[in-house]
Amino acid sequence: MKLYLHFFSMHLKSRMAYKKSFFFSVVGQFLSAFAAVVTIWFLFARFESVRGYTLGECMLCTGVILMSFSLAECFFRGFDRFSRVVREAQFDRLLLRPRSLIFQLICQEIDFARLGKLLQGALMLGYGIAVSPVSWTPARAAVLAGMVLGGTAVFASLFLLYAALCFFTLEGLEFMNVFTDGAREFAAYPLDVYGTAILKFCTYIVPYALFQYYPLTYLLGRTDSPLCALAPLAAPLFALPCWIVWRVGVRKYQSAGS
Amino acid sequence: MRACLAFFRMRLVNGLQYRTAAYAGIFTQFFWGFMEIQLYGAFYRENPENFPMEFSHLVSYIWLRQAFLRLLDTWSTEQELFDMILNGNVAYELCRPASLYGMWFARNVALRLSSLALRCWPILLVAALLPDPWGLRLPPSAGAFAAAVLSMALALGVVTAYILIIYFSCFFTLSSEGTRAVMMPLVGLLAGELIPLPFMPDGLAKVLSWLPFASISNAPLRIYSGDIAGAEAAGTMLLQAFWLVALALLGWWMQRRGMRRLCVQGG
Repeated sequence: MKLYLHFFSMHLKSRMAYKKSFFFSVVGQFLSAFAAVVTIWFLFARFESVRGYTLGECMLCTGVILMSFSLAECFFRGFDRFSRVVREAQFDRLLLRPRSLIFQLICQEIDFARLGKLLQGALMLGYGIAVSPVSWTPARAAVLAGMVLGGTAVFASLFLLYAALCFFTLEGLEFMNVFTDGAREFAAYPLDVYGTAILKFCTYIVPYALFQYYPLTYLLGRTDSPLCALAPLAAPLFALPCWIVWRVGVRKYQSAGS
Repeated sequence: MRACLAFFRMRLVNGLQYRTAAYAGIFTQFFWGFMEIQLYGAFYRENPENFPMEFSHLVSYIWLRQAFLRLLDTWSTEQELFDMILNGNVAYELCRPASLYGMWFARNVALRLSSLALRCWPILLVAALLPDPWGLRLPPSAGAFAAAVLSMALALGVVTAYILIIYFSCFFTLSSEGTRAVMMPLVGLLAGELIPLPFMPDGLAKVLSWLPFASISNAPLRIYSGDIAGAEAAGTMLLQAFWLVALALLGWWMQRRGMRRLCVQGG
């Protein structure tokens, strides 16, 4: 942990060396999230509700997704560039060091520019909390926090899976964007909007619904089932299959360089 | 002109080489289109009378946008050209016996056409075969089809002229980062890349339809389905032609100004 804090301050310092460029990246992140949020607002201005959800209720979702995605992107960015690490055989260097591989990759990059998106997410979550007709109790607040953290865990696991697949393909796979960027865009709305087939996929294959749809129904009082409230706790289990793929990949790794 | 055409052919062949990446991208685009249709479908069921265009028109819009994404998107740029301006290699370009503007225009059109040629066919084919509420349908008449093709060509010109302005702004700002960070998300919104313009509040949609960004994907995709038809379509294409000329002149002027103050270092 001490080592991680060391890396953290190192990345922060290196980013602060170019303040203007950092500022523009943060603004860019904020604006791109802002544009997405504005479209949601436009659609609700025209249609008022979708599947019985109002704008405020939907913004709870949007806020949770934006925050968990940007947290995952900020701290687990090292996995994103992994295809290059494998191709250029820099992975050998990591293997030689006496620390866990995943830890080293996490330390390799911390992308502070994502704070812009995080801020937009926090604003939307705040709006959702203020406007939606939820009677807040400590238990409900805890569920909401669990949604953000569970989401971060799912997205981080997806990044790990993305990196693990690079062992087999040697190349970043663009279709994985569907599960990361695509989820960020489309899970801004409660997932049952897309019909039961998509909802089932998002429950059993990639568990977005565990930190989004099910706990949301609990927050909004549409169900009293404690199972729905506890669903975010199950979301991090998704890390397990991703980690297994990663282990198989590491086993299989053959160096590419000299 | 001949030099620019030859250059265009060269860049086209160059772009056609990256096939695997294109095939991987197609899957992503299918998924994207499908999810968008599901989302709008949910809104449609909720409140059909507030829907600003016919549902089948919207479906055609979504599939065509996915199929022609690489032709008309407002964000793909070549890092190489930014770098050329920043590190002074643009001097080599100036040594060539053709105008810089013409050459870079040809280069960008070639890039867009080559990634289009690899990507659009599977999407168009499958989207056309999908069953009814989800499928891409033929345009209402041969005239609408011809108008859409013409409009698409104009749109390609407008988007290229716009992108060149972004490149040449680099002569003055000496860093592309800020311009891109601010422009890309905003222009994406204004061009109707996130939601089609008719879905925006009515007053705003009206204002936006006059801006150059509406001449990019908005115009051809809506002319195709017949959402813009008749005299309105002719007016839209005239507006596109106007913006093409205006943006090209602005870009060309920026390039001239930039050249005058350009100072390339090194030997």
